Amino acid sequence: MTTLDEQTEQRLVAAETAVRSDPTRVRSLFPAAGRDIGRTRTAPGAAPGEVRLEDVVRVRLLATLGEALAEDPDTLAREVADLYRFGDAAERRAVLLGLATLVDAGRGERAALLVHDALRTNDVRLVAAALGPAGAALLDADAFRQAVLKCLFVGVPLDLVAGLDQRADAPLRTMVASYADERRAAGRAVPDDALTLLDPAGPDAPTQES
Amino acid sequence: MRIFDPHIHMTSRTTDDYEAMHAAGVRAVVEPAFWLGQPRTGVDSFIDYFDALLGWERFRAAQFGIAHHCTIALNPKEANDPRCTPVLDLLPRYLAKDGVVAVGEVGFDSMTEAEETAFTRQLELAGEHGLPAMVHTPHRDKLAGTHRTLELVAAVGLPAGHVLVDHLNEVTVDVVDDAGAWMGFSIYPDTKMDPHRMVAILERRGLDRVLVNSAADWGRSDPLTTRQTGDAMLAAGFSDDDVDRVLWRNPVEFYGQSGRLLLETPQVKATDTFEGSSVLRGERAS
Ligand SMILES: [Zn+2]
Repeated sequence: MTTLDEQTEQRLVAAETAVRSDPTRVRSLFPAAGRDIGRTRTAPGAAPGEVRLEDVVRVRLLATLGEALAEDPDTLAREVADLYRFGDAAERRAVLLGLATLVDAGRGERAALLVHDALRTNDVRLVAAALGPAGAALLDADAFRQAVLKCLFVGVPLDLVAGLDQRADAPLRTMVASYADERRAAGRAVPDDALTLLDPAGPDAPTQES
Repeated sequence: MRIFDPHIHMTSRTTDDYEAMHAAGVRAVVEPAFWLGQPRTGVDSFIDYFDALLGWERFRAAQFGIAHHCTIALNPKEANDPRCTPVLDLLPRYLAKDGVVAVGEVGFDSMTEAEETAFTRQLELAGEHGLPAMVHTPHRDKLAGTHRTLELVAAVGLPAGHVLVDHLNEVTVDVVDDAGAWMGFSIYPDTKMDPHRMVAILERRGLDRVLVNSAADWGRSDPLTTRQTGDAMLAAGFSDDDVDRVLWRNPVEFYGQSGRLLLETPQVKATDTFEGSSVLRGERAS
């Protein structure tokens, strides 16, 4: 995990202490974390894997909330769902990134709803965050395949998809192959990620002739 | 020419507009929450709209290299519908978001009592959240609406420098100027204010506290009138620095009072991953 500078760390530790003594404090600390604790000082970009300081800060707050409410998984699941529901895109992204660390809330049905919500958007930053460890843990085989296909469509690099190596199966390859056929029929390039998935050895792999 | 459009409704615009704006020099916009043309009938419609301003639209702008911020409010027209006014109770949640740089558009449409109640409450909210306020002046009875606006601002106790009074013209500019508030001018293709009238106002009273916007939306409007105004300023003998002041530094100064503006466009590799990154920096924002 990324290390924060000393002042950011101090502000974050103070916020974590506040959440431990009163978990409802997360409702105001989590949205304000960017301004009050630390954030990357460029405007948010459109790159699906852009790493921002506020993501790291918010994921830590979420983990702290998980510890504070470890004995009360129901309340934890509700708080996390509310942070997502009432969050802006940056807050939602952080909830998705931290979801898998929340053992009880993160593996429940309610957590899966958040991942599905994010996958219905076309915001590649949310799609990418949903397909981190949370997506790997929460999506069934059909949903996972659809999500991978969506990544190819909207331009989320597949190396951001957790668990792809283990979960890429024959039905997924069939779907990707037909997507590749459609692209070729339209005279359009097939994304490298699709080619790699179809042929893990890759076009550059040594062949018999060469 | 770098341009910050301080008032534009990108939700109603296309990706072609984003491309043309970037080509013309637009690098930052503020999108005020407003009426959608079709009246809303309930609070949930506002919630989805606010979420879009803070989510999808911000992302769309980022794809074109344009920094997007918004202002949040119950607009004056819908302040008259009792099905919509409960959204006032939900505003504090949104005013706490990083992407929100002012309360707005607030103000008057038909100068009703309901409008005045919502307007006053939202000016108070601006003060409570340390945010500037962005005020729409009515199309009809504009001078009276502008006077009443300035009275309410004074009554609530918001510093005039935290208030932008928008859609001004030759008739309403001086009263706002005298009050010490910021003056917004919406440059339209054929009504309200045009680039040459704008230049004449700048020649007469100078560049202080003036913001120029396109206010482009779903009606007949043009997202490039900011650029046209910059060109008209240069043609009239203003310097590049003057243009930069009006089209960039003034909006940065006004909305910067929120402490929330992030204007530098990021340079990232698409393959950056969440963990183990080296690009993070720990500065506290403004
Ligand atoms: Zn407007």
